[in-house]
Amino acid sequence: MNFLRRLLGFGEKPSAEAARDRLQILLAHERANAAQPDYLPQMHRDIVDVIRRYVDVEDQKIEVQVEHSGNVSVLEVNIELPPMPARPKASQTVSAQGRKKRPARSRPAPARLAESAKTGTA
Amino acid sequence: MSKVVVMTSGKGGVGKTTTAAAFGTGLALRGHKTVVIDFDVGLRNLDLIMGCERRVVFDFINVINGEARLSQALIKDKRNENLWILPTSQTRDKDALTKEGVEKVLNELRDQFDYIVCDSPAGIEKGAIMALYFADEAVIVTNPEVSSVRDSDRIIGVLQSRSRRAEKGMEPVKEHLLIARHDAERVKRGEMLKVEDVLEILAIPLLGIIPESQSVLKASNVGMPVIMDEGSPAGRAYMDAVGRFLGETIEHRFAGQARRGLFQRLLWRTA
Repeated sequence: MNFLRRLLGFGEKPSAEAARDRLQILLAHERANAAQPDYLPQMHRDIVDVIRRYVDVEDQKIEVQVEHSGNVSVLEVNIELPPMPARPKASQTVSAQGRKKRPARSRPAPARLAESAKTGTA
Repeated sequence: MSKVVVMTSGKGGVGKTTTAAAFGTGLALRGHKTVVIDFDVGLRNLDLIMGCERRVVFDFINVINGEARLSQALIKDKRNENLWILPTSQTRDKDALTKEGVEKVLNELRDQFDYIVCDSPAGIEKGAIMALYFADEAVIVTNPEVSSVRDSDRIIGVLQSRSRRAEKGMEPVKEHLLIARHDAERVKRGEMLKVEDVLEILAIPLLGIIPESQSVLKASNVGMPVIMDEGSPAGRAYMDAVGRFLGETIEHRFAGQARRGLFQRLLWRTA
């Protein structure tokens, strides 16, 4: 029947195939996020509050996630700071990583920014 | 050794209560002493689907709060001597379900019944978590439709991380997929997800395929679990699913069935 229909000009992709393809893509993404602990949204808000005491950052410039590999969990915090007027470059990224539950590393001094970003994401 | 079985789905309206009523009745018909519990506090409907809505005096929440004994709240089914219903409260808030309270009632039921079937509310809030928390096995009810499949995926994740078995590091909850409202004709026309596609995406074993059937609505109209309608395709499919659940090997008969002839199909297409 499918063959006949295509021959007669109803040649578009069956909608069920679109459903399957959309689900496969979506669920691959959602499964990665589902592994996040329940406390993460509140922790995210707390981190944003602390950063805001020093720097005016937008919400979406702060990413907080937990990654699991083997029996180690890593808390990854990525903060994109607003442009600094004294510097020629438009923006700088600070990246801090540490084992789960270890206190967050203190903010590096501006002079060491580039180096710490490199080791942080390594 | 009694078993706690949850009927869950994430999404609402996919057939959890229909399945809980059918499954409970099917297990009882097979000679197992079975109780079906409604966990949908505030929106109880199991009583209506099972046809005992006028016999509810005390409920699950009364028992948890110590306002009634379990024996006062349990309703014995009039058609089947192995079947009992524990209705939930229509009025109280969802906080009435505490982990300790639910555990106490389930432990008492475990002493008396072979199977404890828990009918979960929709969503992933407290009521749904309580319904699945103590489960030994889970029947995930899914419609071949994108939002239902997505929510089923989510609830499978919850079963694997937040159930008692997951938290205590015990053997995982045994999962079964039940595809409801399946329309073989629409699948053939490429309008509905295939069973194989749903299975590949959700990756849990298939328990049964319940065809879309008018008998489901008719059965709910009169408060009779659809599994008792032996002449209906949905009733037979539920009976097969119960058989598989009990370990029997039964072929899936409604998967690729084409019931209309060519002439009928042509007529139907132009209709």
